[in-house]
Amino acid sequence: MKLVDCARVIRSKNAGPTTLTLDLMFEDDHRFRLAQASTSLTPEALALLYGVPASSVQVIAYAPAFAIKIVLPRKVIAGDPGDRDVYGAQQHGPLLGVEL
Amino acid sequence: MSRATHLDRLRERLVKEDRREPFLALSGSGQLGNGVLEKAFRAGLERRPHSIGADMGSVDPGPNYLGSGKMAASDTIARQDLALLLEGARAHDIPFLVGSAGTAGARPHLDHTLELVRAIARERGLHFRLASIAADMPRDVVKAAIRRGEVASIGAIGALTEADVDGASHLVGQMGIEAFQRALALGADVVIAGRACDTAVFSAIPAALGYPIGPAMHMAKIIECCSIACIPGGRDAALGTLDDHGFTMESMSPLRHATPLSVAAHSLYEQADPYTVSEPEGTLHVEAARYTALDAHRCRVEGAVWVPAARPSVKIEGATRVGERALLLAGCADPSAIARIKVILPEVEQVVRSIVAGDYRRYFRVYGIDGVVDWPMPPASPPREIFILGEVIADTADLAKAATTVLKQYLLHHGFPGRVSTAGNVAFPITPPEVQTGTAYRFSAYHVMQVDALEPLFPIVVEDV
Repeated sequence: MKLVDCARVIRSKNAGPTTLTLDLMFEDDHRFRLAQASTSLTPEALALLYGVPASSVQVIAYAPAFAIKIVLPRKVIAGDPGDRDVYGAQQHGPLLGVEL
Repeated sequence: MSRATHLDRLRERLVKEDRREPFLALSGSGQLGNGVLEKAFRAGLERRPHSIGADMGSVDPGPNYLGSGKMAASDTIARQDLALLLEGARAHDIPFLVGSAGTAGARPHLDHTLELVRAIARERGLHFRLASIAADMPRDVVKAAIRRGEVASIGAIGALTEADVDGASHLVGQMGIEAFQRALALGADVVIAGRACDTAVFSAIPAALGYPIGPAMHMAKIIECCSIACIPGGRDAALGTLDDHGFTMESMSPLRHATPLSVAAHSLYEQADPYTVSEPEGTLHVEAARYTALDAHRCRVEGAVWVPAARPSVKIEGATRVGERALLLAGCADPSAIARIKVILPEVEQVVRSIVAGDYRRYFRVYGIDGVVDWPMPPASPPREIFILGEVIADTADLAKAATTVLKQYLLHHGFPGRVSTAGNVAFPITPPEVQTGTAYRFSAYHVMQVDALEPLFPIVVEDV
Protein backbone atom coordinates (compact mmCIF):
# COMPACT_ATOMS: atom_id res chain seq x y z
CA MET A 1 0.00 0.00 0.00
CA LYS A 2 1.23 3.47 -0.83
CA LEU A 3 1.58 5.94 2.04
CA VAL A 4 -0.35 8.50 0.00
CA ASP A 5 -3.35 6.11 -0.15
CA CYS A 6 -3.18 5.34 3.57
CA ALA A 7 -2.68 8.81 5.09
CA ARG A 8 -5.23 11.61 5.33
CA VAL A 9 -2.57 14.33 5.62
CA ILE A 10 1.05 14.38 4.48
CA ARG A 11 2.50 17.81 5.17
CA SER A 12 5.78 19.57 5.82
CA LYS A 13 6.74 22.81 7.58
CA ASN A 14 9.64 24.34 9.42
CA ALA A 15 9.79 24.05 13.17
CA GLY A 16 12.04 27.10 13.37
CA PRO A 17 14.56 27.95 10.63
CA THR A 18 16.90 25.02 11.33
CA THR A 19 14.45 22.12 11.50
CA LEU A 20 11.99 20.53 9.11
CA THR A 21 9.00 18.62 10.39
CA LEU A 22 6.80 16.27 8.37
CA ASP A 23 3.41 15.23 9.73
CA LEU A 24 1.58 12.09 8.61
CA MET A 25 -2.00 11.88 9.85
CA PHE A 26 -4.29 8.90 9.52
CA GLU A 27 -8.05 8.44 9.55
CA ASP A 28 -8.09 5.81 12.29
CA ASP A 29 -6.02 3.81 14.71
CA HIS A 30 -5.76 0.85 12.28
CA ARG A 31 -4.06 2.84 9.52
CA PHE A 32 -1.92 4.69 12.06
CA ARG A 33 -0.62 1.36 13.45
CA LEU A 34 -0.06 0.01 9.94
CA ALA A 35 2.15 2.99 9.07
CA GLN A 36 3.87 2.92 12.44
CA ALA A 37 4.91 -0.71 11.86
CA SER A 38 6.25 -0.09 8.34
CA THR A 39 9.98 -0.42 7.68
CA SER A 40 9.64 2.39 5.10
CA LEU A 41 9.19 4.98 7.83
CA THR A 42 12.25 4.20 9.94
CA PRO A 43 14.92 6.88 10.45
CA GLU A 44 17.23 4.84 8.15
CA ALA A 45 14.70 4.68 5.28
CA LEU A 46 13.78 8.36 5.63
CA ALA A 47 17.44 9.36 5.74
CA LEU A 48 17.96 7.79 2.30
CA LEU A 49 14.84 9.47 0.96
CA TYR A 50 15.97 12.95 2.07
CA GLY A 51 19.73 12.56 1.77
CA VAL A 52 20.54 13.25 5.44
CA PRO A 53 22.31 11.10 8.07
CA ALA A 54 20.02 8.56 9.81
CA SER A 55 21.25 9.73 13.20
CA SER A 56 19.71 13.15 12.51
CA VAL A 57 16.20 11.81 11.79
CA GLN A 58 13.56 11.42 14.50
CA VAL A 59 10.27 9.57 14.07
CA ILE A 60 7.72 10.33 16.80
CA ALA A 61 4.33 8.63 17.03
CA TYR A 62 1.54 10.84 18.34
CA ALA A 63 -1.42 8.59 19.08
CA PRO A 64 -3.93 11.29 20.20
CA ALA A 65 -4.11 12.51 16.60
CA PHE A 66 -3.32 9.15 14.85
CA ALA A 67 -0.20 10.90 13.63
CA ILE A 68 3.48 10.29 12.98
CA LYS A 69 5.91 13.16 13.09
CA ILE A 70 9.21 13.05 11.24
CA VAL A 71 11.86 15.60 12.26
CA LEU A 72 14.87 16.35 10.04
CA PRO A 73 17.60 18.98 10.10
CA ARG A 74 17.21 21.50 7.28
CA LYS A 75 20.15 21.17 4.88
CA VAL A 76 20.04 24.94 4.32
CA ILE A 77 18.87 27.28 7.10
CA ALA A 78 15.58 28.89 6.09
CA GLY A 79 16.15 31.94 3.91
CA ASP A 80 19.91 31.45 3.44
CA PRO A 81 21.13 32.15 -0.11
CA GLY A 82 20.29 29.11 -2.23
CA ASP A 83 17.36 28.00 -0.07
CA ARG A 84 14.56 26.34 -2.03
CA ASP A 85 11.69 26.53 0.44
CA VAL A 86 11.77 29.23 3.12
CA TYR A 87 8.70 27.93 4.99
CA GLY A 88 9.53 24.28 4.31
CA ALA A 89 5.94 23.78 3.20
CA GLN A 90 6.72 21.69 0.08
CA GLN A 91 9.21 19.13 1.36
CA HIS A 92 6.66 16.31 1.54
CA GLY A 93 7.23 15.34 -2.12
CA PRO A 94 9.67 12.46 -1.47
CA LEU A 95 7.12 10.85 0.90
CA LEU A 96 4.46 10.62 -1.80
CA GLY A 97 6.26 7.72 -3.50
CA VAL A 98 6.72 5.67 -0.32
CA GLU A 99 5.34 2.09 -0.25
CA LEU A 100 4.41 1.00 3.26
CA MET B 1 -4.38 58.22 43.09
CA SER B 2 -3.57 55.38 40.74
CA ARG B 3 -6.45 53.59 39.06
CA ALA B 4 -7.04 49.84 39.35
CA THR B 5 -5.24 47.82 36.69
CA HIS B 6 -7.00 45.35 34.40
CA LEU B 7 -5.45 42.58 36.48
CA ASP B 8 -6.97 44.04 39.68
CA ARG B 9 -10.38 44.40 38.08
CA LEU B 10 -10.37 40.95 36.50
CA ARG B 11 -9.25 39.42 39.77
CA GLU B 12 -12.18 41.05 41.52
CA ARG B 13 -14.64 39.83 38.87
CA LEU B 14 -13.36 36.31 38.30
CA VAL B 15 -11.50 35.03 41.34
CA LYS B 16 -13.87 33.68 44.01
CA GLU B 17 -12.93 32.24 47.35
CA ASP B 18 -13.09 28.60 46.28
CA ARG B 19 -12.83 28.79 42.49
CA ARG B 20 -12.34 30.99 39.44
CA GLU B 21 -15.08 31.96 37.00
CA PRO B 22 -14.39 30.97 33.37
CA PHE B 23 -11.83 33.23 31.69
CA LEU B 24 -12.58 34.09 28.06
CA ALA B 25 -9.55 34.73 25.84
CA LEU B 26 -10.23 35.97 22.32
CA SER B 27 -7.58 35.39 19.67
CA GLY B 28 -8.16 38.06 17.04
CA SER B 29 -5.43 37.12 14.60
CA GLY B 30 -2.66 34.61 14.18
CA GLN B 31 -0.85 37.02 11.85
CA LEU B 32 -2.00 40.56 12.46
CA GLY B 33 -1.49 42.63 9.33
CA ASN B 34 -2.50 39.91 6.90
CA GLY B 35 -6.22 40.61 7.16
CA VAL B 36 -8.55 39.92 10.11
CA LEU B 37 -11.92 38.42 9.20
CA GLU B 38 -14.25 41.01 10.71
CA LYS B 39 -17.40 38.92 11.09
CA ALA B 40 -15.76 36.28 13.30
CA PHE B 41 -13.90 38.91 15.33
CA ARG B 42 -17.17 40.76 16.00
CA ALA B 43 -18.82 37.48 16.98
CA GLY B 44 -15.98 37.04 19.47
CA LEU B 45 -16.48 40.54 20.87
CA GLU B 46 -20.17 39.74 21.44
CA ARG B 47 -19.02 37.13 23.93
CA ARG B 48 -17.40 39.89 26.03
CA PRO B 49 -13.97 38.25 26.36
CA HIS B 50 -11.68 39.16 29.26
CA SER B 51 -8.69 39.64 26.99
CA ILE B 52 -8.00 40.13 23.30
CA GLY B 53 -4.71 38.99 21.87
CA ALA B 54 -3.05 38.90 18.49
CA ASP B 55 0.23 37.55 17.26
CA MET B 56 1.87 39.74 14.64
CA GLY B 57 5.09 37.96 13.78
CA SER B 58 7.20 34.89 13.30
CA VAL B 59 10.57 33.65 12.03
CA ASP B 60 8.69 31.70 9.34
CA PRO B 61 8.93 34.36 6.59
CA GLY B 62 12.72 34.20 6.78
CA PRO B 63 15.60 36.46 7.85
CA ASN B 64 14.85 39.43 5.60
CA TYR B 65 12.46 41.16 8.01
CA LEU B 66 14.59 40.80 11.11
CA GLY B 67 17.65 41.84 9.10
CA SER B 68 16.16 44.84 7.33
CA GLY B 69 13.89 46.08 10.12
CA LYS B 70 10.97 46.06 7.69
CA MET B 71 7.51 44.62 8.23
CA ALA B 72 6.24 41.75 6.07
CA ALA B 73 2.64 42.98 6.10
CA SER B 74 1.54 46.02 4.11
CA ASP B 75 1.00 49.21 6.10
CA THR B 76 -2.57 49.46 4.83
CA ILE B 77 -3.69 46.07 6.11
CA ALA B 78 -1.63 46.24 9.32
CA ARG B 79 -3.35 49.54 10.11
CA GLN B 80 -6.78 48.17 9.20
CA ASP B 81 -6.30 45.08 11.40
CA LEU B 82 -4.90 47.06 14.34
CA ALA B 83 -7.77 49.56 14.11
CA LEU B 84 -10.42 46.82 14.14
CA LEU B 85 -8.98 45.07 17.20
CA LEU B 86 -8.03 48.25 19.03
CA GLU B 87 -11.47 49.81 18.61
CA GLY B 88 -13.19 46.59 19.65
CA ALA B 89 -11.02 46.28 22.75
CA ARG B 90 -11.40 49.92 23.78
CA ALA B 91 -15.17 49.97 23.19
CA HIS B 92 -15.56 47.36 25.93
CA ASP B 93 -12.48 48.25 28.01
CA ILE B 94 -10.85 44.88 27.36
CA PRO B 95 -7.05 44.59 27.65
CA PHE B 96 -5.47 44.17 24.20
CA LEU B 97 -2.10 42.45 23.78
CA VAL B 98 -0.02 42.20 20.61
CA GLY B 99 3.07 40.02 20.36
CA SER B 100 5.99 40.11 17.88
CA ALA B 101 5.09 43.55 16.59
CA GLY B 102 5.82 44.32 12.95
CA THR B 103 6.84 40.74 11.95
CA ALA B 104 10.22 40.31 13.62
CA GLY B 105 9.73 42.30 16.82
CA ALA B 106 13.01 44.26 16.79
CA ARG B 107 13.24 47.99 17.62
CA PRO B 108 12.27 49.32 14.14
CA HIS B 109 9.31 46.89 13.94
CA LEU B 110 8.13 47.90 17.40
CA ASP B 111 8.50 51.62 16.67
CA HIS B 112 6.63 51.30 13.40
CA THR B 113 3.76 49.38 15.01
CA LEU B 114 3.57 51.95 17.82
CA GLU B 115 3.35 54.73 15.22
CA LEU B 116 0.43 52.92 13.58
CA VAL B 117 -1.30 52.48 16.95
CA ARG B 118 -0.85 56.16 17.90
CA ALA B 119 -2.12 57.28 14.49
CA ILE B 120 -5.24 55.11 14.84
CA ALA B 121 -5.85 56.47 18.35
CA ARG B 122 -5.55 60.07 17.12
CA GLU B 123 -7.80 59.47 14.14
CA ARG B 124 -10.54 57.78 16.12
CA GLY B 125 -10.29 59.72 19.35
CA LEU B 126 -9.25 56.68 21.43
CA HIS B 127 -7.56 57.19 24.78
CA PHE B 128 -5.72 54.49 26.67
CA ARG B 129 -2.55 53.58 28.48
CA LEU B 130 -0.12 52.08 25.99
CA ALA B 131 2.79 49.93 27.11
CA SER B 132 5.52 48.87 24.73
CA ILE B 133 8.03 46.15 25.49
CA ALA B 134 11.33 46.02 23.63
CA ALA B 135 12.87 42.64 22.80
CA ASP B 136 16.29 43.64 21.47
CA MET B 137 18.96 41.69 23.29
CA PRO B 138 21.84 43.72 24.75
CA ARG B 139 24.87 42.41 22.84
CA ASP B 140 27.20 42.51 25.82
CA VAL B 141 24.78 40.30 27.77
CA VAL B 142 24.65 37.71 24.97
CA LYS B 143 28.43 37.76 24.53
CA ALA B 144 28.95 37.26 28.26
CA ALA B 145 26.52 34.32 28.14
CA ILE B 146 28.51 32.81 25.23
CA ARG B 147 31.70 33.07 27.29
CA ARG B 148 29.98 31.33 30.19
CA GLY B 149 28.82 28.51 27.90
CA GLU B 150 25.17 29.42 28.44
CA VAL B 151 24.10 29.71 24.80
CA ALA B 152 23.11 26.57 22.86
CA SER B 153 22.14 26.01 19.21
CA ILE B 154 18.56 25.11 18.33
CA GLY B 155 18.69 22.50 15.58
CA ALA B 156 21.11 22.51 12.65
CA ILE B 157 22.97 25.80 13.23
CA GLY B 158 26.54 26.26 14.43
CA ALA B 159 27.55 27.51 17.86
CA LEU B 160 26.92 31.23 18.33
CA THR B 161 30.10 33.33 18.29
CA GLU B 162 30.74 36.81 19.60
CA ALA B 163 31.36 37.85 15.98
CA ASP B 164 27.85 36.61 15.08
CA VAL B 165 26.44 38.76 17.86
CA ASP B 166 28.33 41.85 16.69
CA GLY B 167 27.53 41.19 13.03
CA ALA B 168 23.77 40.82 13.39
CA SER B 169 21.83 43.81 12.13
CA HIS B 170 19.16 43.01 14.74
CA LEU B 171 19.18 40.55 17.61
CA VAL B 172 15.99 39.81 19.53
CA GLY B 173 14.82 37.48 22.26
CA GLN B 174 11.39 35.93 22.68
CA MET B 175 9.72 37.27 25.80
CA GLY B 176 7.35 35.18 27.87
CA ILE B 177 4.41 35.88 30.20
CA GLU B 178 6.61 37.73 32.71
CA ALA B 179 7.04 40.80 30.49
CA PHE B 180 3.33 41.09 29.63
CA GLN B 181 2.38 40.74 33.29
CA ARG B 182 4.76 43.55 34.21
CA ALA B 183 3.21 45.80 31.55
CA LEU B 184 -0.30 45.05 32.84
CA ALA B 185 0.77 45.76 36.42
CA LEU B 186 1.76 49.25 35.21
CA GLY B 187 -1.86 49.82 34.27
CA ALA B 188 -1.60 49.17 30.54
CA ASP B 189 -4.80 48.88 28.49
CA VAL B 190 -2.88 48.03 25.35
CA VAL B 191 0.43 46.18 25.23
CA ILE B 192 2.51 46.20 22.05
CA ALA B 193 5.41 43.80 22.47
CA GLY B 194 8.50 43.18 20.41
CA ARG B 195 9.45 39.56 19.73
CA ALA B 196 7.36 37.37 22.01
CA CYS B 197 6.30 33.76 22.42
CA ASP B 198 2.93 33.33 20.68
CA THR B 199 1.60 31.69 23.83
CA ALA B 200 2.50 34.56 26.19
CA VAL B 201 0.01 36.90 24.52
CA PHE B 202 -2.90 34.67 25.56
CA SER B 203 -1.67 33.09 28.79
CA ALA B 204 -0.09 36.04 30.62
CA ILE B 205 -3.35 37.40 32.07
CA PRO B 206 -4.93 34.11 33.24
CA ALA B 207 -1.57 32.99 34.67
CA ALA B 208 -1.38 36.26 36.66
CA LEU B 209 -4.89 35.62 38.00
CA GLY B 210 -3.90 32.22 39.32
CA TYR B 211 -5.48 29.95 36.72
CA PRO B 212 -3.37 26.80 36.37
CA ILE B 213 -0.54 27.57 33.95
CA GLY B 214 -0.60 24.16 32.18
CA PRO B 215 -4.12 24.52 30.74
CA ALA B 216 -3.64 28.30 30.27
CA MET B 217 -0.50 27.71 28.20
CA HIS B 218 -2.09 24.85 26.28
CA MET B 219 -5.10 27.03 25.48
CA ALA B 220 -2.76 29.77 24.27
CA LYS B 221 -0.92 27.30 22.05
CA ILE B 222 -4.19 26.16 20.47
CA ILE B 223 -5.90 29.56 19.98
CA GLU B 224 -2.86 31.55 18.87
CA CYS B 225 -3.35 30.49 15.23
CA CYS B 226 -7.07 31.26 15.51
CA SER B 227 -9.19 28.66 13.70
CA ILE B 228 -6.29 26.71 12.17
CA ALA B 229 -6.92 24.05 14.84
CA CYS B 230 -10.41 23.42 13.36
CA ILE B 231 -11.92 21.38 10.54
CA PRO B 232 -11.94 22.96 8.03
CA GLY B 233 -9.08 25.17 9.22
CA GLY B 234 -9.33 28.93 8.75
CA ARG B 235 -8.16 32.29 9.95
CA ASP B 236 -11.32 33.32 11.82
CA ALA B 237 -11.02 34.49 15.43
CA ALA B 238 -11.05 31.77 18.10
CA LEU B 239 -12.24 31.85 21.71
CA GLY B 240 -10.66 29.92 24.56
CA THR B 241 -12.69 29.49 27.75
CA LEU B 242 -10.42 28.59 30.65
CA ASP B 243 -11.29 27.35 34.13
CA ASP B 244 -9.48 25.67 37.00
CA HIS B 245 -9.35 22.29 35.24
CA GLY B 246 -8.99 22.88 31.51
CA PHE B 247 -10.27 24.88 28.58
CA THR B 248 -12.71 24.85 25.69
CA MET B 249 -11.66 25.72 22.15
CA GLU B 250 -14.26 27.26 19.88
CA SER B 251 -14.09 29.01 16.52
CA MET B 252 -15.97 32.27 16.09
CA SER B 253 -16.99 31.07 12.63
CA PRO B 254 -19.90 28.61 12.65
CA LEU B 255 -18.29 26.87 9.65
CA ARG B 256 -15.14 25.81 11.53
CA HIS B 257 -15.35 23.03 14.05
CA ALA B 258 -12.92 22.33 16.85
CA THR B 259 -12.97 18.53 17.11
CA PRO B 260 -10.85 16.36 19.44
CA LEU B 261 -8.84 15.21 16.41
CA SER B 262 -8.35 18.68 14.91
CA VAL B 263 -7.29 20.20 18.24
CA ALA B 264 -4.99 17.29 19.16
CA ALA B 265 -3.46 17.48 15.69
CA HIS B 266 -2.63 21.16 16.24
CA SER B 267 -0.08 20.09 18.86
CA LEU B 268 1.97 18.80 15.91
CA TYR B 269 1.86 22.03 13.96
CA GLU B 270 5.27 23.67 13.42
CA GLN B 271 6.61 21.82 16.47
CA ALA B 272 9.62 19.52 16.45
CA ASP B 273 8.23 17.76 19.51
CA PRO B 274 4.46 17.22 19.77
CA TYR B 275 4.59 16.53 23.52
CA THR B 276 6.41 19.55 24.92
CA VAL B 277 6.55 23.30 24.33
CA SER B 278 9.50 25.24 25.76
CA GLU B 279 8.83 28.70 27.15
CA PRO B 280 11.17 31.12 28.94
CA GLU B 281 9.66 30.31 32.35
CA GLY B 282 9.20 26.56 31.96
CA THR B 283 7.95 23.72 29.78
CA LEU B 284 4.43 22.74 28.82
CA HIS B 285 3.80 18.98 28.71
CA VAL B 286 0.73 17.90 26.74
CA GLU B 287 1.40 14.14 26.78
CA ALA B 288 -1.41 13.53 29.28
CA ALA B 289 -3.88 15.93 27.63
CA ARG B 290 -7.37 14.56 26.93
CA TYR B 291 -9.53 15.96 24.14
CA THR B 292 -13.32 15.52 24.25
CA ALA B 293 -16.14 16.89 22.09
CA LEU B 294 -18.57 19.17 23.97
CA ASP B 295 -20.65 19.23 20.80
CA ALA B 296 -19.95 19.23 17.04
CA HIS B 297 -18.36 22.67 17.26
CA ARG B 298 -16.45 22.84 20.54
CA CYS B 299 -13.64 20.78 22.05
CA ARG B 300 -12.80 20.49 25.74
CA VAL B 301 -9.16 19.94 26.70
CA GLU B 302 -7.77 18.95 30.11
CA GLY B 303 -4.59 17.45 31.47
CA ALA B 304 -1.71 19.64 30.26
CA VAL B 305 1.04 20.03 32.85
CA TRP B 306 3.39 22.97 33.39
CA VAL B 307 6.86 22.38 34.77
CA PRO B 308 8.60 25.60 35.83
CA ALA B 309 12.23 25.93 34.72
CA ALA B 310 14.97 25.87 37.34
CA ARG B 311 16.45 28.81 35.46
CA PRO B 312 14.75 30.96 32.80
CA SER B 313 15.93 30.91 29.20
CA VAL B 314 15.37 33.06 26.14
CA LYS B 315 15.28 32.01 22.50
CA ILE B 316 17.37 34.50 20.58
CA GLU B 317 17.14 35.30 16.88
CA GLY B 318 19.57 37.33 14.82
CA ALA B 319 19.92 38.18 11.14
CA THR B 320 23.04 39.32 9.31
CA ARG B 321 23.57 40.93 5.91
CA VAL B 322 25.11 38.56 3.37
CA GLY B 323 25.24 40.91 0.37
CA GLU B 324 23.13 42.30 -2.45
CA ARG B 325 20.86 39.94 -4.34
CA ALA B 326 19.87 39.81 -8.02
CA LEU B 327 17.84 37.16 -9.82
CA LEU B 328 17.57 35.94 -13.40
CA LEU B 329 14.17 34.52 -14.40
CA ALA B 330 14.14 32.28 -17.48
CA GLY B 331 12.08 29.40 -18.86
CA CYS B 332 12.88 26.67 -21.35
CA ALA B 333 10.78 24.26 -23.45
CA ASP B 334 13.53 22.80 -25.62
CA PRO B 335 14.01 19.04 -24.96
CA SER B 336 17.73 19.00 -25.82
CA ALA B 337 18.48 22.00 -23.58
CA ILE B 338 16.36 20.51 -20.77
CA ALA B 339 18.17 17.17 -21.02
CA ARG B 340 21.51 18.93 -20.71
CA ILE B 341 20.64 21.79 -18.38
CA LYS B 342 22.76 20.54 -15.48
CA VAL B 343 25.79 20.73 -17.77
CA ILE B 344 24.82 23.93 -19.57
CA LEU B 345 24.47 26.03 -16.42
CA PRO B 346 27.99 25.39 -15.07
CA GLU B 347 29.42 25.88 -18.59
CA VAL B 348 27.73 29.27 -18.91
CA GLU B 349 28.73 30.17 -15.36
CA GLN B 350 32.36 29.54 -16.30
CA VAL B 351 32.06 31.99 -19.20
CA VAL B 352 30.45 34.59 -16.93
CA ARG B 353 33.30 34.22 -14.43
CA SER B 354 35.83 34.88 -17.24
CA ILE B 355 34.07 38.19 -17.99
CA VAL B 356 32.75 39.41 -14.62
CA ALA B 357 35.53 39.54 -12.03
CA GLY B 358 34.91 39.87 -8.33
CA ASP B 359 33.49 37.95 -5.44
CA TYR B 360 29.96 36.68 -5.97
CA ARG B 361 28.04 33.49 -5.29
CA ARG B 362 25.52 31.94 -7.67
CA TYR B 363 22.71 29.50 -6.82
CA PHE B 364 20.55 27.92 -9.54
CA ARG B 365 17.13 26.34 -8.99
CA VAL B 366 15.74 24.47 -11.98
CA TYR B 367 11.99 24.14 -11.53
CA GLY B 368 10.74 20.93 -13.10
CA ILE B 369 13.89 19.16 -11.87
CA ASP B 370 15.00 20.33 -8.42
CA GLY B 371 13.68 23.83 -7.85
CA VAL B 372 11.62 22.98 -4.78
CA VAL B 373 13.16 19.84 -3.27
CA ASP B 374 16.84 18.88 -3.26
CA TRP B 375 15.97 15.38 -4.50
CA PRO B 376 18.72 12.81 -4.07
CA MET B 377 17.76 11.32 -7.51
CA PRO B 378 16.99 12.95 -10.90
CA PRO B 379 13.38 12.69 -12.19
CA ALA B 380 12.31 9.43 -13.90
CA SER B 381 11.37 11.28 -17.09
CA PRO B 382 12.39 14.78 -18.20
CA PRO B 383 9.80 17.54 -17.78
CA ARG B 384 8.20 19.30 -20.78
CA GLU B 385 9.28 22.70 -19.54
CA ILE B 386 11.67 24.01 -16.90
CA PHE B 387 12.05 27.32 -15.16
CA ILE B 388 15.47 28.57 -14.15
CA LEU B 389 15.98 30.88 -11.21
CA GLY B 390 19.55 32.16 -11.07
CA GLU B 391 20.32 33.85 -7.76
CA VAL B 392 23.42 35.96 -7.23
CA ILE B 393 24.74 37.33 -3.97
CA ALA B 394 27.48 39.94 -4.33
CA ASP B 395 29.01 42.64 -2.19
CA THR B 396 27.56 45.43 -4.30
CA ALA B 397 24.30 45.77 -6.21
CA ASP B 398 26.26 46.66 -9.33
CA LEU B 399 28.31 43.46 -9.21
CA ALA B 400 25.13 41.41 -8.63
CA LYS B 401 23.58 43.07 -11.68
CA ALA B 402 26.70 42.51 -13.82
CA ALA B 403 26.84 38.81 -12.94
CA THR B 404 23.14 38.46 -13.78
CA THR B 405 22.98 40.40 -17.05
CA VAL B 406 26.04 38.64 -18.48
CA LEU B 407 24.55 35.29 -17.43
CA LYS B 408 21.35 36.20 -19.22
CA GLN B 409 23.08 36.90 -22.53
CA TYR B 410 25.40 33.88 -22.49
CA LEU B 411 22.67 31.48 -21.36
CA LEU B 412 20.47 32.66 -24.23
CA HIS B 413 23.14 32.00 -26.85
CA HIS B 414 25.16 29.15 -25.35
CA GLY B 415 26.10 26.50 -27.93
CA PHE B 416 25.95 22.81 -27.00
CA PRO B 417 26.00 19.49 -28.88
CA GLY B 418 22.64 18.61 -30.45
CA ARG B 419 21.32 22.18 -30.30
CA VAL B 420 18.51 22.77 -32.85
CA SER B 421 17.01 25.99 -31.49
CA THR B 422 19.91 28.21 -32.51
CA ALA B 423 18.20 31.60 -31.97
CA GLY B 424 17.94 31.31 -28.18
CA ASN B 425 17.94 28.67 -25.42
CA VAL B 426 15.57 30.30 -22.97
CA ALA B 427 12.33 32.28 -22.76
CA PHE B 428 12.22 35.41 -20.60
CA PRO B 429 8.77 35.91 -19.11
CA ILE B 430 9.28 39.59 -18.31
CA THR B 431 11.51 42.47 -19.22
CA PRO B 432 13.94 43.13 -17.72
CA PRO B 433 14.43 39.44 -16.90
CA GLU B 434 16.91 40.28 -14.17
CA VAL B 435 15.51 41.55 -10.89
CA GLN B 436 17.42 43.27 -8.11
CA THR B 437 15.86 42.48 -4.77
CA GLY B 438 18.13 44.53 -2.52
CA THR B 439 20.07 43.45 0.53
CA ALA B 440 19.97 39.76 1.44
CA TYR B 441 20.17 38.45 5.00
CA ARG B 442 20.64 35.11 6.72
CA PHE B 443 19.73 33.91 10.18
CA SER B 444 22.95 34.11 12.14
CA ALA B 445 21.38 33.38 15.53
CA TYR B 446 18.73 30.86 16.43
CA HIS B 447 19.85 29.82 19.87
CA VAL B 448 18.68 29.52 23.44
CA MET B 449 20.35 31.52 26.19
CA GLN B 450 20.16 30.75 29.90
CA VAL B 451 19.58 33.86 31.98
CA ASP B 452 19.37 34.79 35.64
CA ALA B 453 16.46 37.18 35.24
CA LEU B 454 14.11 37.97 32.37
CA GLU B 455 13.04 41.42 33.52
CA PRO B 456 16.16 43.44 32.56
CA LEU B 457 16.08 42.01 29.01
CA PHE B 458 12.60 43.28 28.18
CA PRO B 459 12.25 46.96 29.24
CA ILE B 460 8.82 48.59 29.25
CA VAL B 461 7.82 52.12 28.30
CA VAL B 462 4.37 53.40 29.27
CA GLU B 463 2.56 56.34 27.67
CA ASP B 464 -0.97 57.69 27.88
CA VAL B 465 -2.42 58.32 24.44
